[in-house]
Amino acid sequence: MGVTQIRMKVNGVTESLDVEPWASLLDTLRERLGLTGTKKGCDQGACGACTVLADGVRINACLALAVQYDGSEITTVEGVDHPLQQAFVRHDGFQCGYCTPGQICSAIGMLAEHAAGMPSAVGASGLTEDEIRERMSGNLCRCGAYNGILDAIKEVL
Amino acid sequence: MSTEVAEAGRAEAVRQVGRPADRFDAPEKVTGRAKYAAEFPYPDLAYAALVHSTVARGRITALDAGAARAVRGVIEVLTHENAPKMRPLSRLNLGSFVKGTNVDYLGTDQVHWNGQPIAVVVAETPEAARHAASLVRVTYEELPAKLDFAAEEPHAVPQKGNAIMRSAADKGDAHAALAAAPVKVDLRFTTPPQNHNAIEPHATTAFWQGDRLTVHDTTQSIAFLRKHLAMRFGVPERNVRVLAPFVGGGFGGKGMVWAGTLLAVLAARATGRPVRLALTRESVYHTVGGRTPTVQRVALGADRDGRLTALIHTSVARSGGMPGQVTAASRHLYAAETVHLRQSLVDLDLLPPTAMRAPGEAIGTFALEAAVDELAWELGVDPIELRMRNEPERDPLTGRAFSHRMLREAYALGAERFGWRERDPRPGAMRDGRWLVGMGVATAYHPSLIMPAAATVRLGADGTVLVRCGLHEIGVGAATAQAQIAADALGVPLESVRVEVGDSDLPAGPMAGGSAQTASAAAGVLAACDKLKRQVLALAGPPLRGRKPEEVQARDGGLHVGGSGMTYAEILAGAGRDHVEAAVKAGWARFLARTARDGRRWVRAASGAQFCEVRVDADTGEVRVSRWLGVFDVGRVVNAKTAASQLRGGIVMGIGLALSEQTLVDPRTGRVVNPSLAEYHVPVHADIPRIDVHYLDDPDPTTPLGLLGVGEVGITGVAAAVANAVRHATGRRVLDLPITLDKLL
Repeated sequence: MGVTQIRMKVNGVTESLDVEPWASLLDTLRERLGLTGTKKGCDQGACGACTVLADGVRINACLALAVQYDGSEITTVEGVDHPLQQAFVRHDGFQCGYCTPGQICSAIGMLAEHAAGMPSAVGASGLTEDEIRERMSGNLCRCGAYNGILDAIKEVL
Repeated sequence: MSTEVAEAGRAEAVRQVGRPADRFDAPEKVTGRAKYAAEFPYPDLAYAALVHSTVARGRITALDAGAARAVRGVIEVLTHENAPKMRPLSRLNLGSFVKGTNVDYLGTDQVHWNGQPIAVVVAETPEAARHAASLVRVTYEELPAKLDFAAEEPHAVPQKGNAIMRSAADKGDAHAALAAAPVKVDLRFTTPPQNHNAIEPHATTAFWQGDRLTVHDTTQSIAFLRKHLAMRFGVPERNVRVLAPFVGGGFGGKGMVWAGTLLAVLAARATGRPVRLALTRESVYHTVGGRTPTVQRVALGADRDGRLTALIHTSVARSGGMPGQVTAASRHLYAAETVHLRQSLVDLDLLPPTAMRAPGEAIGTFALEAAVDELAWELGVDPIELRMRNEPERDPLTGRAFSHRMLREAYALGAERFGWRERDPRPGAMRDGRWLVGMGVATAYHPSLIMPAAATVRLGADGTVLVRCGLHEIGVGAATAQAQIAADALGVPLESVRVEVGDSDLPAGPMAGGSAQTASAAAGVLAACDKLKRQVLALAGPPLRGRKPEEVQARDGGLHVGGSGMTYAEILAGAGRDHVEAAVKAGWARFLARTARDGRRWVRAASGAQFCEVRVDADTGEVRVSRWLGVFDVGRVVNAKTAASQLRGGIVMGIGLALSEQTLVDPRTGRVVNPSLAEYHVPVHADIPRIDVHYLDDPDPTTPLGLLGVGEVGITGVAAAVANAVRHATGRRVLDLPITLDKLL
């Protein structure tokens, strides 16, 4: 079983990596590149803690194989510089902080999805509170900071 | 800490305490720089994965690790046949009383529960470890096992109580009073097992250098873990360093020492490599206990005016782990003429339960407060009014004074803010299209505890302050709160204070549990600040020379008497000192004496009033929580922002308890069948409305700074408030949690 060489631009830096075909993008980021800002909460796409942006689109890095993203641009929380981060602080959009990088990357991706006209089950015309709640429901927060997350996102609309 | 010191603390002008200061650790958390237990790099790091038993009880007859060893990158497969032995715990160690945390992992061929770790694979990569773990083949001689809580419940035995956790009480003849009562309810409630599901799964990175051990761990109890590891691995305590600067949520699940931590340390010792064991979500379910299931009976008798003549609350829960105080709220909430409380336990061959946010109280208040609501229906009385008619002046069972009791104020404020008057009392009367709207209330109640905490406070010549205490940053804003407290005690700006937490090399802090961390550490930090001020005063020249500590005020970065004073920088410069440091030790003997003394004097607790509005789909029975308001008496609030977040977080977890959370155990095999966040449903963003939190912010007169604890009271009463709102919306009383839609069809 061989390894595959891939090239990814991660947070603006081109990385050339030999990866095994079964290595997830999440484990590659955390264990190979030392980018531990992206979290592992379930490793099965249920919690959203591993959300990163791949070519601007939010994905669960635990459900992605690194080899699938050969040639892609990946942004993790370490590469994010967005007013949302300060808004999360102001509105206490977290407690333990473990879901936070995923929440922030997910919110950035969600805003782009909405701007691009992607629908949701709520079907409101603008980004109402219910729309934001629905579109952010793939990111679990066990500390229960949802109110603060909502306020943080509303602040940057 | 003495009451004198507590009063000294309160006498300080409050400037930072109470402010909604941003968390000190916030920048690290929103940029990904905060490092958690599985994120510390080590050269030559190896990765471990667990193999779990697939039978509930029995003996391993054969274990074939050949295929696992053949996987490229596998370093070692540790089993009961080749693993180094761990030492048994002494009876003096708290952990030895906690069944399931003192299992002889890999030291025995015995299997005690389905999912018990029976082998550990250590490999060069996480992928190789996990793959190899799946290749270990095990055969067992199976033994009969008790696995079905419902079937064993009739065989429950009385739970042993202790000075802090009581398990039985009687006042008069409650059974006779119930029989004679003109109005009564007699209900049987059931609550399922649940799991904490902190988003960070348990993880350990362990590294031995000779007989010195460094452990990065997801722990809520640094000092206890250090003692435990020293004992199990036969090294002096000073040789063990536990680091936990950030913990990704705990809720009780990271309080005890579970298999993953021990086996990572064992694997590191066996292989001579630094080892990381980051549990899979499924492994967390198999190795870390959760909340016990219960069966509870609450029977209430009342006269026609609604005054309680009988209160009976009995519970059956599982043994092992932390025996929760299921009937605790029933001891203190109502002035019933007669009372009968009993807690019983059943033994099962499953991973034992452990403390989960308000163990006992979260589910005990569900039964009690739903029964009180049902009695209100029977009487045709408003449920808030019924509670007020039975609000006691003194503790109902002991006659002791409440140190603080503001339930009347909490309900009055809550009713006004929530619009309780708009509630049409008839069931199903408040309809909005297809939605049946209901409003419910319930009382929140959680006992208050203060544990010993050591701390040091160091004042630098430049006026900066360093507070050191082995606290746990599990999301509560521990450093921020203590910085606010120290800033006020010393009269310095918040920006001048730095707080070090999360390291066993620091003075031992309290565990993060029992809603006690902030108040316990505050006691230590205030005492240390007081000592520090005395030391600084002794160094000071005129105008402070010869002044008594009581005459001196700490403010504006220095010490002052009336209009004149000196800055700390001036005092230290004058004395030729570059710093002054004061240390306070934990003092367990004093803690026990004080706890016993306070327990004889006062009943001390945080409490509150929970208000809930639900909308129930008339066709499908789907329940949506549409509004929430909680008014809490938590004594003084240290940080208005983080305290509100903790209370909200408790309510969110309570909504999960009410509507969606349950760990499903197959009663034939003892296997958890939904060990994942996809199949165990914690509340998601769309499930949670605006949660309006108010606190009365009135300091308790008997604790340092007047704190009562905010970590757990938020979850109590929540499930009852939801069930009571559902009762109002639909006319249906659901007695079995969670309230899933099938129970309303």
